[in-house]
Amino acid sequence: MSAEANIRTLTIDGADISARADQTILEAAREHNIAIPTLCHLEGLSEVGACRLCLVEVKGARRLLPACVTRVEEGMEVTTHSAKIDRYRQMILELFFAERNHVCSVCVANGNCELQNLALELGMTHVEIPYQYPQLPVDASHPRFTVDHNRCVLCTRCVRVCSEIEGANTWGVMGRGAQSLVITDLKEPWGESETCTSCGKCVQVCPTGALFEKGRAGTRTAKHPEFLPYLRIMREGDQP
Amino acid sequence: MNVEELQQIAADAEEKRGKFDYEVNVCMGTSCLAQHSERIREALAKEAEGCGKRCHVRRTGCMGPCAAGPMVLVEPAGTLYAHVGEHDAKDILESLGREPVARLDPRLGSYFEGQHFIVLENVGHIDPENVDEYVGRGGYEALVKALTEMNPASVIEQISKSGLRGRGGGGYPTGLKWDTVAKVKGAQKYVICNGDEGDPGAFMDRSVLESDPQRVIEGMAIAAYAIGATKGYIYVRAEYPLAVQRLTVALREARRRGFLGNAICETTFSFDIDIRLGAGAFVCGEETALIASIEGKRGTPRPRPPYPAVSGLWGEPTLINNVETFANVPPIIRKGGEWFSSMGTARSKGTKVFALTGKIQRTGLVEVPMGMTLRQIIFGIGGGVPDGHKFKAVQTGGPSGGCLPEEHLDLSISYDALISAGSMMGSGGMIVMDDTSCMVSVARFFMEFCMQESCGKCVPCRAGTVQMYELLTKICKGEATHRDLDQLTELCEVVGATSLCGLGQTAPNPVLSTLRYFRHEYLAHIEEKRCPAGVCACSAAEKPVAEEARV
Amino acid sequence: MTDRKTLATVWLDGCSGCHMSLLDMDERLIELSSQFVLLYSPLVDRKTFPERVDVTLVEGAVASEEDLKKIRRIREHTGVLVSLGDCALTGNVSAMRNTCGPQPVLLRVYQENVDLKQHVPTVGVPALLDRVRPVHEVVPVDVFVPGCPPSADTIYQVLSELLAGRVPTLGGVAHFG
Repeated sequence: MSAEANIRTLTIDGADISARADQTILEAAREHNIAIPTLCHLEGLSEVGACRLCLVEVKGARRLLPACVTRVEEGMEVTTHSAKIDRYRQMILELFFAERNHVCSVCVANGNCELQNLALELGMTHVEIPYQYPQLPVDASHPRFTVDHNRCVLCTRCVRVCSEIEGANTWGVMGRGAQSLVITDLKEPWGESETCTSCGKCVQVCPTGALFEKGRAGTRTAKHPEFLPYLRIMREGDQP
Repeated sequence: MNVEELQQIAADAEEKRGKFDYEVNVCMGTSCLAQHSERIREALAKEAEGCGKRCHVRRTGCMGPCAAGPMVLVEPAGTLYAHVGEHDAKDILESLGREPVARLDPRLGSYFEGQHFIVLENVGHIDPENVDEYVGRGGYEALVKALTEMNPASVIEQISKSGLRGRGGGGYPTGLKWDTVAKVKGAQKYVICNGDEGDPGAFMDRSVLESDPQRVIEGMAIAAYAIGATKGYIYVRAEYPLAVQRLTVALREARRRGFLGNAICETTFSFDIDIRLGAGAFVCGEETALIASIEGKRGTPRPRPPYPAVSGLWGEPTLINNVETFANVPPIIRKGGEWFSSMGTARSKGTKVFALTGKIQRTGLVEVPMGMTLRQIIFGIGGGVPDGHKFKAVQTGGPSGGCLPEEHLDLSISYDALISAGSMMGSGGMIVMDDTSCMVSVARFFMEFCMQESCGKCVPCRAGTVQMYELLTKICKGEATHRDLDQLTELCEVVGATSLCGLGQTAPNPVLSTLRYFRHEYLAHIEEKRCPAGVCACSAAEKPVAEEARV
Repeated sequence: MTDRKTLATVWLDGCSGCHMSLLDMDERLIELSSQFVLLYSPLVDRKTFPERVDVTLVEGAVASEEDLKKIRRIREHTGVLVSLGDCALTGNVSAMRNTCGPQPVLLRVYQENVDLKQHVPTVGVPALLDRVRPVHEVVPVDVFVPGCPPSADTIYQVLSELLAGRVPTLGGVAHFG
């Protein structure tokens, strides 16, 4: 197939855009500096389409579509922001904040948190729905890292990076619904995990303070997931 | 296996039948078994030995009117007995060829009036564990016909012509689905039968699997031939042990008779089926979650596209249909698509099996032509609401469906009519409610179900159902305000529009439909702190407004 | 003098950090002070909440029966109610006890960590509510100012707008924490 045949032209928020046929709406939008909020998405990991923040309107589609997994199509008309989408995103964000105990002021990730930044980005000033205040454990058994489930948004980035990049498959998800928890091995304490290589990738990709390195505070808690796409490309031998 | 051999099996079965003057069929469905129908069968068999009549006592599947169980059907007279006990065996045997036993008359009234059996045609007449009896009633004719007289394209053509739509709830045209999978190129294709029936109050698929498992196997084999698959899976919940047991036997029998395995009917077509047990997660009825579960992964849905037709089980093209859909396939192939499409409404063809439950005179499994009205089903077949109570609503479509009030009783059953009325066909659960049901409580019940069954993957469903459930609880307690109702409505919209899979997308439906038709009940809870049906304890009415109640 | 807006600040269950941040406006306080009269505040010596206040800034969450009584009265007598800071907005640190309820906290403070006179006081102190609540869960709130604490700049911006008769929105300007 010729290069031309692989190109799709579409509009995003009225702007004419061309993208490769294998690109998602999200990739095409970001290449053109059009902001679409995301939380579970991370460049270098597979997509799960779980956070629902990247939902966009596509003309002719019956439902809103997640930009992270929807491929571009010729002639597609995408709207990334509208009163309705903004309202939905606001509510989704409120649901995130209300379901666990996100206390920004005392969180190690304060200032370096994607959830906190999203609230700012989407203009969320407060949570209208009632907070749930679940009782959730903290596992500090690992010598270097801690998992605090109070701050987990169940994006499963840790699960994916551990499986797809590190290949250790230490992380998994147990339970269902609101009782879901990310766990190490078969819910053994992290420190006793026989599969964990202590590589720390899960910590770097965690968008919040749920996974953090012990003994770090302030600006030193910034996460650095930029290694991912690089690592992926080097492994697959792809040209960027 | 070829046509002659099939005819031979059928003829043998017929001959075997001819040795007896009477058939005494005992229901061995879950409901009757629970009432010791096995012991009744033993008593009947013992009695039959010494009675001097040529009589065959047979185990069969569910006969339909479960509330009247244990059921016994005497052929050829077609006499149905209800609430049979071991001590009735003697009288039943003695009455053969004479007047029926009056005290065992099921008094079913018009229960069978207007019912039309396609899926349930063998129910009550064959031993579900005996493949030859199935063949004796026309079983596997369709498979042999398809393999020997038809090419895959013409099989699909007949299915398309029949107008059959997915019976699992979505109503996607079956022919179209088959055609899509058939056209996708793939080294290995799969056929999956979705038997993860999980709607509260629904037991259609269980009954079909327990009563006539060969029909489902035949339907799957025909589908496999049509789309080019060689491997099938029946995904059935582990909570259906009897269905699993009968399926296991049925698969073994089908293999023994050469309906499954290599070179079926001396053609190049090979196909076999394995059973996979679900661990009870409702969400595994969603096709992508079901596939993940078969693969041994956590049963959570993934965004579509790609659809399973393109990338399904282990990334291969996969056809997934519901139990009842497959059960409709053999008669369609046997009698032709046009025969099937002559029944039903313009866009919903054939029949539909419903599990009639709740506040209704005659609980049970019914099969009716599409287009029948709710009133005919509930008041005609079901005999209406018992104990002098007044009909209030009927819930269809399980937790994804809605509650329809009296003014919709004359609605003709079809996929589209139910959706436009704010409910849906769903898999066929039909729960009747009378004036003792509080519609807010009903909505709360279904929301609790969705909350517990949410897989937890996407946040609107995981956290949104919890919030909605709590708001509904607050309304039931008489502690809610108009602001809470607004918030509930808002959550319904967001969860419905943004959830990843059907579970979350339809979770608000019971709330939306009750808000649409029974808003006054919500308002009574909120404004008057009163439950019109007297179900909820609106504690706030007696106590001063709780300190914590939001202003 | 008469056209100056009346202002109140209240301190519910919080650490007073928001008030510190208010004072951190430094010389800008002097600039603003020509536009308002501070009628009621932990910073002034008035015991009861006035009949009518144009703008009230609330720091802290609603944690005790006393808080609840106070905030209801304040709402009744206030034009524009401002939730100032994360405790008022989200419950924040004050609400961290909501996962276990007040009892374990009281025991920790008054018994486990005390050598002498171990007892949970009940006289002269307001009873704690079962659940700490953000202000807007108890009364309607008009303006939300996130931050722990909100920066002096943010507070200055909010006050300037309010004193000019406008209702500011802080979405996209200030973040939690």
